[in-house]
Amino acid sequence: MQVIVNISLKEGVLDPQGRAIGRSLTDLGFQEVGEVRVGKRISLDIDETDPARAEQRVARMCETLLANTVIEDYEIEIAGENEA
Amino acid sequence: MSDIMTAPHQDPAMTFENAASMGLSREEWDLILTRLGRTPNLCELGIFSAMWSEHCSYKSSKKWLKTLPTEGPQVIQGPGENAGAVDIGDGLAAIFKIESHNHPSFIEPYQGAATGVGGILRDVFTMGARPVALLNALRFGAADHEKTRHLLSGVVSGIGGYGNCIGIPTIGGEVNFDASYNGNILVNAMAIGLANSDRIFRSAATGPGNPVIYVGAKTGRDGIHGATMASAEFSDETESKRPTVQVGDPFTGKLLMEACLELMASDSVLAIQDMGAAGLTSSSVEMASKGGLGMEMDLDLVPAREDGMSAYELMLSESQERMLMVLKPDATDTARQIFEKWDLDFMPIGKVTETGRLVLLKDGDVACDIPLAPLVDDAPEYDRPQAEMAKRPTLASADITDGRPVTEVLAELLGSVDLASRRWIYEQYDSQVMADTIAPPGGDAGLVRIHGSRRGLAASTDCTPRYVEADPRTGGAQAVAESWRNLSAIGARGLAITNNLNFGNPERPEILTQMAQSVLGMGDAARALDTPVVSGNVSLYNETDGSAILPCPVIGMVGTIEDIGAAVGMAPTAGMALVVIGQTAETDDGWLGVSLYARNLAGSPDAAPPPVDLQAERRNGLFVQQQIADGLITAAHDISDGGLAVAVAEMCIAGRIGAQVALPDGGNRHGWAFGEDQARYIVATSDAGALLAEAKAAGVPAAAIGSTRDAGELQFGDENAISLEDLSNLVEATIPALMSGG
Repeated sequence: MQVIVNISLKEGVLDPQGRAIGRSLTDLGFQEVGEVRVGKRISLDIDETDPARAEQRVARMCETLLANTVIEDYEIEIAGENEA
Repeated sequence: MSDIMTAPHQDPAMTFENAASMGLSREEWDLILTRLGRTPNLCELGIFSAMWSEHCSYKSSKKWLKTLPTEGPQVIQGPGENAGAVDIGDGLAAIFKIESHNHPSFIEPYQGAATGVGGILRDVFTMGARPVALLNALRFGAADHEKTRHLLSGVVSGIGGYGNCIGIPTIGGEVNFDASYNGNILVNAMAIGLANSDRIFRSAATGPGNPVIYVGAKTGRDGIHGATMASAEFSDETESKRPTVQVGDPFTGKLLMEACLELMASDSVLAIQDMGAAGLTSSSVEMASKGGLGMEMDLDLVPAREDGMSAYELMLSESQERMLMVLKPDATDTARQIFEKWDLDFMPIGKVTETGRLVLLKDGDVACDIPLAPLVDDAPEYDRPQAEMAKRPTLASADITDGRPVTEVLAELLGSVDLASRRWIYEQYDSQVMADTIAPPGGDAGLVRIHGSRRGLAASTDCTPRYVEADPRTGGAQAVAESWRNLSAIGARGLAITNNLNFGNPERPEILTQMAQSVLGMGDAARALDTPVVSGNVSLYNETDGSAILPCPVIGMVGTIEDIGAAVGMAPTAGMALVVIGQTAETDDGWLGVSLYARNLAGSPDAAPPPVDLQAERRNGLFVQQQIADGLITAAHDISDGGLAVAVAEMCIAGRIGAQVALPDGGNRHGWAFGEDQARYIVATSDAGALLAEAKAAGVPAAAIGSTRDAGELQFGDENAISLEDLSNLVEATIPALMSGG
C-alpha cells in the first residue's frame, strides 16, 4: 500500500525558505506572489492491506521520526494499493 | 464592572488567576493593583509578568549580583546594557556577553540553539561592535540517556547552523554530561565583538519627540511569553503549554547586523536595543526607563507576519532578528534607505515622550497605559533564605586509590565521555571564517587576531559543576580561576568576564545557597585576578519535576595577547622537558576529593573539592604568560579535570609525541597523577634549568617531571607504557560512538 505524508511547518512558524522563495519570485517578476510556505512530501511503500492500520502506523512514524511535531504538522494520505 | 471602565479598552480586566497563570505571585499581583490603582488588562498584565519574570528582573539574584566587582580601568561598560565592553587598547573595545537558551533548546534543540546564537550576536552588534567570535557552554544529560543523542545532535547543528551561516567563527566552548541535565539541558552562547571604544551605542532613549523605529524581521506569534516560561520549571504539562517555537533566520540576522553597523557609522542612532526575551515589551520599557522618559507606540504600525495579532501578542512576541531604535529626528530618511537597501522592515512606530508612561495604541484606541517606574524600579527583589551547608570532609587519597598502574587508570578516564575529544562537536562549527582564527576549538582557549594587527583576542568558557555542588563558594571561584588559567596557558591575560548563572529553583534554600555562595566566590576570584564582571545572564528554575540540575555558574573570560606569534598551543615537540608549574618536586600526593577520579572510579564519596588559592592562581598565571611571551615555554596546558596525568596525555595526543614522566618515590601515585589541585600547568620547554630558575626567582613552585620522546609511548616511572595510538583512539572514539548509537 502506498502512503503519502505531507509535512509542513505549523501555521505561524517562521519559514525562512518560503520567505526566500517568495522574495525571489517577486524579484523575477511574479508580482502576484504573496506568502510562500515550503513543505515536504514523503512517499512510503507499506506492507499492509488495512488502510486504518497503515494510517495508524504511519502516524507513529511521523511522531517519532518523519515530522518534527514541535514545529511541523503532518497529513497522511492513503494513496492506494501497490501495483504488482 | 468599574475596573473594566477604567482599564484601557478591548481586553477584559484580569484576575489573580490570570496573573498566576503567567507566573506572578499573589504579592506581585497585589503590587500591580496598588501601583496601577486599577486592574490591568491582558496586554498590561502580560507586560508586568514579562518584566517581573526572573529573566528580566533578576528578582532572586539581584541581591547577589550586586556583590560582584564590575569596575576597573579597563571597563567601558559594565552590566546593565545589551553587553559589556572593555578597553583593549589601540582605541578598541571588546564587547561581549554570554546568554542562556536552555528551555527553548530542550523543546526544539536545533532552533533553540540557533536562536540562542542569533540572540547573543544581536546583543553584541547592538552595542556597535562587529562580532568576531562565538563560544558556547553546553550541558547534556547522561551519555546513555535516551534523549541525549537527539538533543546533542540538534543543539550542535543549531549552533553551527546559525554561526556558520552568519559567518562568525566558533572558537571555543565546553560540553559536559551529567544525569542531572537529563530533563533540562543547558545551552549558553557567548559572542565577542570589536568596536571603536568611542563609538559604543547604548539603550537609554533620549529627546522627547524623537522617533522610535522598529527594524528587522516581521513579528509573528513566536515564543510568546518565552521570558516567563524560561523562569518556570519544566513539568510534563509544559508540552501542552508551550508557545510557538521561535525559528532563527541567520540570513536575515546577517542583513540586520550589516544594516545596523552601517547605520551606526553615520551619526543617526541615539539609542538602540535588541528585541530579545519579552520582545517589544522589554526593549521599549528598558529604553524609556533608562532614559527616564516615556514612550508611545502605535501597534498597528508594527510589521506583522500574521493577521489579527492582538496588542498582547505583538508586545510579547519573541520573533527573532528585530531591533528597536531611537533616531535623531532628521536621520529617519537616511536610516530608511539603509534598511531598505538590506531588504529589512523599517517602520517608525512611535515616539519618545516625557510622561514616564508606556502608552500603546491599537486599532485607534489605547491598549495599554502604564507608568514605567513600577515596571522597572519597583520590580520585586527577593532576599530568599539560604540553607546551612555542612562542610564536607577532606578526602584522603588512600581511601579510594589502589595500586593499579597509572596508565591503566588513565585509559579508563580518557575513554569516559567526560574527557573524550569534542572533535565530533566542534568540527561542525566553522572556526575559520573571517580568516583571523589563530587557535580554534580543542585547545585551552580560543584566539583570534585583532584584524590588521599583531594582537589577539583570547576567550574561554568554563565551569566545573561538581565542585560548585560540593562547595559553592569554592566552585564559583574555581570557574573564574580555570578560565584565567585557560587564557594563561596560551599566553593571554584575562581582562574581564561575563557570567551565566544556571541554577534550579531559587525558592528552595539549598538552591539559593548554591547561587549566592558561588556568586560570592566568583566575586572573590574576579577581584583577585582583576577580571571584573561586565555582563551576564541568569537562568533559574532549571528543574524537572522538582529535581534540580547540578549548579552551573558558567564563566566566559576575554583577554588579550600582545603578539599572536608568541601564543602557544598544547602540543609539545620532541626533546622537550615537561615542567609542572604550581607544585614542587617534593609533591607526592594530590587532591582527589570531588575529582573526576573520585566520581568515575570511586563512586563520588562525600568530600570537599580542591581549594582555590587565588593569589597562587594570579602569580602562576602571570608567570606562565610572561614565560610564553619570552619564548621559554613552547607548549602549555592547564591542569584541570583528571589531573596531571590527563593533562600530560592530552599534550602527547595533541603533539603526536610520547613522553616519559617520573613518578614520586613515595606518597600516593594516583593522588599525584589524578589529583585536581588548582593553579597548575604542564609546560614544555627546551631549557628546563632556565625555566626553573625563573620560577624560583618569581616565587612560583615548579618541578621538572619528565620529557617528550619519539618512542610513541607515554610512560610513568617504570610502569607499563601506553602507546600514543591507544591514547588517541580512546579519546577520539567515544563521542562518535555515542552519536552513531554505538
